[in-house]
Amino acid sequence: MTPPADAALLVIVPAFNEEQAVGRVVREIQAVWPAIPVLVIDDCSTDGTARVARDAGAAVLSLPHHLGLGGAVQAGYKLAYELGYQYVIRVDGDGQHDPRDIPRLYEALRTSGCQMVIGSRYLDGDENRTSLLRLAGTKFFRLVLRPILGKTVRDPTSGFVGVNRAALEVFSKSFPLEYPEIEALVVLQRRRFDFVEVPCRMRPRLAGKSTITAVKSIYYIVHVLLGVFVNILKFEHRLWKR
Amino acid sequence: MDRLTNFMTGFSLLLILLVLRSVRRAHIRVEYSVSWLSAALVLLAISRSPWALEQIAALTGIADAPLALVFAVGCLFLIVFYRFSIVISDLKDANIALAQRVAILEYRLYEGHGRRQSQAAR
Repeated sequence: MTPPADAALLVIVPAFNEEQAVGRVVREIQAVWPAIPVLVIDDCSTDGTARVARDAGAAVLSLPHHLGLGGAVQAGYKLAYELGYQYVIRVDGDGQHDPRDIPRLYEALRTSGCQMVIGSRYLDGDENRTSLLRLAGTKFFRLVLRPILGKTVRDPTSGFVGVNRAALEVFSKSFPLEYPEIEALVVLQRRRFDFVEVPCRMRPRLAGKSTITAVKSIYYIVHVLLGVFVNILKFEHRLWKR
Repeated sequence: MDRLTNFMTGFSLLLILLVLRSVRRAHIRVEYSVSWLSAALVLLAISRSPWALEQIAALTGIADAPLALVFAVGCLFLIVFYRFSIVISDLKDANIALAQRVAILEYRLYEGHGRRQSQAAR
């Protein structure tokens, strides 16, 4: 596929203490499209994440203190919007997303007419490689989101997403701060934006360990459910005010 | 009953002194001391007025006046905590926006600096 023109696509990589993985992630992205700008958002890591990312050829946006995933991603969206990018694709810094799928996401962003594209690991029906806990959570949120979004989202927790400039404008002003993936879908839907899923590969982390525990999973479910309903209420309130 | 109201009087006086001391030492900003001072003054008034206590007991349907005092204290502090939750949330939002803005400005500053350096080298 033809590489994107200047100022068309920016790949952002939120990273927190990912010095062992982020360099490889950046090099893999640049191997797909060598001229593609890559922005690593260093969420105030205590290790050498920023240095490793710079050495690998990425630009680095260094946050002065730890904001969490949503805050880091939103900082990337804000900068991309200010710099005039048309499309932004987010790739996680732990290496779980395969950058070879970036062209597929970019193509869908350009041609689908949707404001958001989600890289889905379940679109091929392959749910066997996912842990039981994650799969149960995914199925639960599919059920919750189905009536809200008006269609099924196969992989609502995927962080491998692309957005166009219209969504970028919305997210640069309002973006969920903790566990943003599911709430972001509701934020977009409330503005009558659309999304499409494209199949993608997910890999094990390149380095480090996941920090997800049973207690955190329960907190995640409660927090996201609350976030979803708050976003719906916000929208209703706005309608009522008109 | 008397012991409880006396204890509450002492506690509210202590709270007033503590808040005023913190304001004087600039540990608490004046605008945030207002909630605490109001709560402490209301508590002081209730604990010194058996009539007010009986009115609260009658209003809430609590037969026991000391229990009504505990109920009033709980309500007052819940209101104060609620107000501070709003303040903390606003501060967190402002803090995040500021941190993002600082990072973006720093990025653009160094990006511009790097561009000027490479132009000068040519």
